[in-house]
Amino acid sequence: MIEISNLEKSFDGNQVLKGISCTLETGKCNLLLGGSGTGKSVLLSCVVGLMKPDLGSITFDGTVYTNSKVDIRQEIRRKIGMLFQGSALFDSMTVAKNVEFPLQMLTPDMSEEERRDRVEFCLKRVGLENAGNKMPSEISGGMKKRVGIARAIAPNCTYLFCDEPNSGLDPATSIKIDELIYEITHEYNITTAIITHDMNSVVGIGDHIIFLHQGKKLWDGDKEHILNADVPELREFIFSSSLVRAAKRVEEEDGPQGLEHLAAEPLSEV
Amino acid sequence: MFKIFGSFVLFLYNMVARAERLKVLWRRFFEEATLIGVNSIFIVGIVSAFIGAVTCIQIAYNLTNPLIPKSTIGYMVREMTILELAPTITSIVLAGKVGSSIAGGLGTMRITEQISALEVMGINATSYLVLPRILAAMLMFPLLVILAMALSILGGYIAGTLSGVMAPQDYIEGIRTDFIPYNIFFALIKAVVFAFLVSGISAYKGFYTEGGALEVGAASTSAVTNSIIAILVADYVLAAILL
Repeated sequence: MIEISNLEKSFDGNQVLKGISCTLETGKCNLLLGGSGTGKSVLLSCVVGLMKPDLGSITFDGTVYTNSKVDIRQEIRRKIGMLFQGSALFDSMTVAKNVEFPLQMLTPDMSEEERRDRVEFCLKRVGLENAGNKMPSEISGGMKKRVGIARAIAPNCTYLFCDEPNSGLDPATSIKIDELIYEITHEYNITTAIITHDMNSVVGIGDHIIFLHQGKKLWDGDKEHILNADVPELREFIFSSSLVRAAKRVEEEDGPQGLEHLAAEPLSEV
Repeated sequence: MFKIFGSFVLFLYNMVARAERLKVLWRRFFEEATLIGVNSIFIVGIVSAFIGAVTCIQIAYNLTNPLIPKSTIGYMVREMTILELAPTITSIVLAGKVGSSIAGGLGTMRITEQISALEVMGINATSYLVLPRILAAMLMFPLLVILAMALSILGGYIAGTLSGVMAPQDYIEGIRTDFIPYNIFFALIKAVVFAFLVSGISAYKGFYTEGGALEVGAASTSAVTNSIIAILVADYVLAAILL
């Protein structure tokens, strides 16, 4: 579990995070939801240690991360896996070498054979067992995300952070990536935080949703309750979604029965 | 100016303060030595051979006094090559080739979040990416300068004898006259200092690139410009101190 307490961050006098407090729960997909420029990426950068917050604290399973000694921060960082928006694969290495890289760097005691087995296992887990010898430039955007996930979970990470994992992907591939992250989170009981503004992800994998608006947390809860949330900014965000607008249109045209029919359809067919 | 210098010093400090494991750095060092050194042999060879050839022809053109022996041409080619042309021109050429490659490579890694990926993994990105580049440059620049010295003197010999401005034995006598071994040592010191400046400045410019593809190009240009200025300033300072 990651506890974020009263986090503040400014850039040139412009306060981006305004005292955010929230908890990222273990074994759940914690979604950081919000429009562009609401501070989601800055919050995630502070949590993973790429930025230093001006104020506030971040605690990883009871260990304070902010302002702690370098050794402690390094120890926590080695338990973090991250999937970047652009995948951030090392373009001079093959897919298999990309997955092997954190093992080489973080687990020097591991034998070459153990590393090879682990790489094979991780690539198989994300459905890329035959792509190990390809270069990142030779694979699709969806495959790059899968490699990014495989690289993140390779050293048995405890915390998984995903920065807009389905940006730039078609809806069907987005859902598959979401499902993969969801399965991995529950399978390995890891703490996952996902930045998104995609309502498909919210409805699909939102175990715990934190809604940010103008640098503040306005709401948190699960996907069952998000549609009933009494927060105008959140309602405006949700109902600006084409998906929800389509659902509303069906309801208006066909009545509640049409909506029920729509809701009964698998998300991928909506 | 002071802020940038302070930031550069901190950048270098971070590189060595939490250095990665020796085994990892050793492997990276050889990769970079190949990229910086082996891949630069061709351009350094071409530039230095022609510089030697042109120097020889131009000195011959200016030495019209019959009282000055022809061997002076060989002597002057050797002195100019060892003291100035080989270390300085080679380093300026390498600032263009290696400096832009280092800045462009690191800049691209920065904007595509590859450096962030290393940092999130708990890897010291400056130590992993920059330290091997600087050490490889500091080893390979002097070796390339030695190559440049040899090829430059050879270029002068070929140009001087083929064009008929002097006899081969005159040139050989000239390059063996009043040889001061310290000059070679001085040139190698210059090469090591220039290597540190080129690789350090270029890595710093690339590592802190912000923005997109346009900024990567700007970082590369800035790296080359700053490296060349640093080389010229250091050249003067070293000459004033060591000669």
